[in-house]
Amino acid sequence: MTLTSLIVFPLAVSFLLAWLRNDRTIRLVTLAAGFVEMALAFPLIGFDIHATGFQFVEQVPWVPQWGLSYYLGIDGISLLMILLTILLLPLCVLCSWNYIGKRVKEFHICMLLMIAVCIGVFAALDMVLFYVFWEAMLVPMFLIIAVWGGPRRKYASIKFIVYTLAASTLLLVAIIAFYFQTGTFAIPVIMESEFSFRFQFWAFLALALAFAVKVPMFPFHTWLPAAHVEAPTAGSVLLASVLLKMGTYGFLRFCLPMTPDASVYFAPLMIAISIASIIYGGLVALGQKDMKKLIAYSSVAHMGFVTLGIFVFTTRGIEGAVFQMLNHGITTGALFMLVGAIYERTHSREIADNLGLAKYLPAYIGFFGLFSMSSLGFPGTNSFVGEALVLIGAFQNNVIVGALAIPGAMLAAAYMLRLLQKLAWGAPSAGKELPDLDRREWAYILPLAVLVLYLGLAPTLTRLTIDASIPKTIKRVQTVLQDKRPDLVTHMSVSIPMSRQGVQ
Amino acid sequence: MTNSPMISFIVTLGPELFLLLFIAALFLVSICRRETEKTEWIAWTSLVGVLIAFAGLGSQGMFFADAYRVDGLSQFFKLAIAVGFCITVFNGKKLPGVEPFKRTDYYLMLALSTWGLMLLASAVELMTMFIALEISSYSLYSLISLRKGDKPAAEAAIKYILFGAAATAISLFGLSFILACAHTSYLGELTGKISMDCPIAMIGTTMFLISFFYKLALFPFHFWCPDVYTGATNETAAFVATLPKLGAVVALIRITNLVLPGVAMTDVLAILAALSMTYGNLAALAQKDVKRILGYSGVAHAGYVLMGLVAGTASGLAAAAFYGLAYVFMNLTCFWVIARISPTGENLELEDLSGMYKYAPAYALALAVGAFALVGMPPTMGFTGKLFLFTSLWGHGYDWLVILGAINTAFSIFYYLNLVRYAYTREAQSPRTIDLSPGARLTALGLAGIVLVLGCIPSSVYQTALAATRSIWGV
Repeated sequence: MTLTSLIVFPLAVSFLLAWLRNDRTIRLVTLAAGFVEMALAFPLIGFDIHATGFQFVEQVPWVPQWGLSYYLGIDGISLLMILLTILLLPLCVLCSWNYIGKRVKEFHICMLLMIAVCIGVFAALDMVLFYVFWEAMLVPMFLIIAVWGGPRRKYASIKFIVYTLAASTLLLVAIIAFYFQTGTFAIPVIMESEFSFRFQFWAFLALALAFAVKVPMFPFHTWLPAAHVEAPTAGSVLLASVLLKMGTYGFLRFCLPMTPDASVYFAPLMIAISIASIIYGGLVALGQKDMKKLIAYSSVAHMGFVTLGIFVFTTRGIEGAVFQMLNHGITTGALFMLVGAIYERTHSREIADNLGLAKYLPAYIGFFGLFSMSSLGFPGTNSFVGEALVLIGAFQNNVIVGALAIPGAMLAAAYMLRLLQKLAWGAPSAGKELPDLDRREWAYILPLAVLVLYLGLAPTLTRLTIDASIPKTIKRVQTVLQDKRPDLVTHMSVSIPMSRQGVQ
Repeated sequence: MTNSPMISFIVTLGPELFLLLFIAALFLVSICRRETEKTEWIAWTSLVGVLIAFAGLGSQGMFFADAYRVDGLSQFFKLAIAVGFCITVFNGKKLPGVEPFKRTDYYLMLALSTWGLMLLASAVELMTMFIALEISSYSLYSLISLRKGDKPAAEAAIKYILFGAAATAISLFGLSFILACAHTSYLGELTGKISMDCPIAMIGTTMFLISFFYKLALFPFHFWCPDVYTGATNETAAFVATLPKLGAVVALIRITNLVLPGVAMTDVLAILAALSMTYGNLAALAQKDVKRILGYSGVAHAGYVLMGLVAGTASGLAAAAFYGLAYVFMNLTCFWVIARISPTGENLELEDLSGMYKYAPAYALALAVGAFALVGMPPTMGFTGKLFLFTSLWGHGYDWLVILGAINTAFSIFYYLNLVRYAYTREAQSPRTIDLSPGARLTALGLAGIVLVLGCIPSSVYQTALAATRSIWGV
């Protein structure tokens, strides 16, 4: 019942909030709910990182006539995503403490709903259940952008929901098509089923469209900067840290295991789009004047690394991709929080209005520096590990692919250092009267900073958690590649000490 | 036990007989009219009707020279119709758009139309179906024009009558073709006779279906729909938008069922479904008036329902029945809010929904649930219904229709979202006086709750619908 409790508890609290009146009480209750949620997640510590199957499985018939079931379970990849989601809840409450002034109750209800359905997405093992959570997430996010967003919130919220909903309607069709091929909606069963290439071709396209918009990959990314810039801080954080991960999670959970032939067939295209995202996102970020927009475009580039890692089909690549999913959630989330913090002080997100902060806000710039370093993949930080793994995977796949991805990493250094240089040492345009980070702000930044260093300096545990889930994900791609790219297959074997089979 | 057949007759036909008595009572009250009418009792009495319909769920039997069949399908729809009627009557308790002395007549017509729809649910003979349909239509013709001192209402009524009359005429003409070719008008005997071997009967059946397409507001028989919604009072529009569609669905389930496997016919249905949902959704995008939006959305939803009929299997028909029920609840939720937000009975523009979250959070929430259900967002009935429809149709040679249905969902997001967006993100220009009684708010939330709960736990209702559609094959 661990997973169910993680989903139901935020829902229950959101229901409770509806009866509360006082804004401060509402914030405190939600914050407390965040900690209780963490406590509820405590049993997850029993997760066996060496087991390859799904764990904490719960299955109850839902609509037996259609073979639908309420079916939850997690592997290493979903575990990390769920932990990230849970961690963000209290941090998001803290970072919106002063930022959200109006309709506080509704805001916190929306946040709790978001957290609940996001956990649902990562835990669902029934395709329809997955789709239910996948779509249900749009409603609270739409409201968060549309009600508490910036001046162009109307445009941004509509663009967000129309893009993502339009793309995912075909996902439903694909799910139904899978059902007719296999007679079940259960993801573990479908992952083991064989499909004709023709079927895989279309199924992959339908799935990939939904996931590519969510990631977002290069030509489908236009909703993202608008949504990020207009959303309130907590909205941007959830969007960057959790929502975008759903897309790449979908690639890992659905495309690679279920449509292996089509994945191999489309891999060159996906790699090309990923590299285009990396370069394009980096170049556009370089030209931004608005801090939030800069980080939003950097997200496009970072997520390009993730999809690149997935579609190079090597163990290192996928390890790196999952690592980067986690890293991007931590680092970009923290950067958005820091932008929100400075916006609370100067009421501007323009870089030009926030120059030269180092002298007056040392702690702030200290953190900003750390997260910038992490964002550009500086050794010792979390992103270094992830990016290095992805690049190793890319080189293992093809020297040209690897060589093309390198400039992306350099661009990241260029735009992040430029931003950092201006904020820290530019001719002061703001500062003197500004207070440095207060205790509340320390409370939500510090955990993320610790994670950045922990993952950067001691990545082994996280890597092991990911590793056990990789064979299941790429096993079938491996069989396909056996004929076409035997050289790649040597990079796909994972050595797992004491390999054991988990609960299937 | 000499009177046991009589008792079983009364029990089996309970819902219809109750409504008939109700109509008689209303008629008496209506002719002994006093100026200050108490209409409270009508709403509560309709609640009894729901209980009776619920009690009659398992009834079976053949009546009136086998032209009238009480089976799972008819009882499922009678319950749905009774529930819908009860909600519309409660919805019209205040009835701001109608003069006080006409109120009893209003309910009389409403009940008469509902009675016709109940007869339609059980009719298994073409002539009986036709008459039942006309009973339900005629009373609606007069209802629509009942709006207080309003020219557009008269226009709407005329449009409804003229289109209705034309559709009726074509149907009757089609009926004559069927009779000429198959020599029977009993659905049971027609099974297998309407096929490509007898093209006249095929054409006749297609023509006969037009009346029901018209009721369902299926493209291209939908022209009355947006005008009638805007012309009629909000309460009448709520009725016209929901219950007759249930009646049409049950009749279509019975008729299309006997044509299969007539491929040509199914193709026609598939094309009509495709056109209807695409046209309805695109036309709704341009609307500002809330009822017109719901009108065009109704055209689109007629297309979705037809998908289940195209599939033609028991699960497809059950999906259509489930979706018909879902549509009634989603739409009534929206209309309930509209009627409450407009206590003087005027038509609402999107602008008028502004700021609803502040002065009426319960209504705003209910409207949001209704709108998101109409889009097909999980976890509402709208999503579950669409899932059933898509799943039932996939693999029957109409995969393109499923894909089109999915793409259509994407078209529709924008205008449904507008309802939510105005209610939640805009500030009210001027304060509105609205009906904020606790009962009205609780009902709004209750309806929204049904849409959500049956969306999450659809199993038992779907099972009932499946058993109901299987009953027409006698399984």
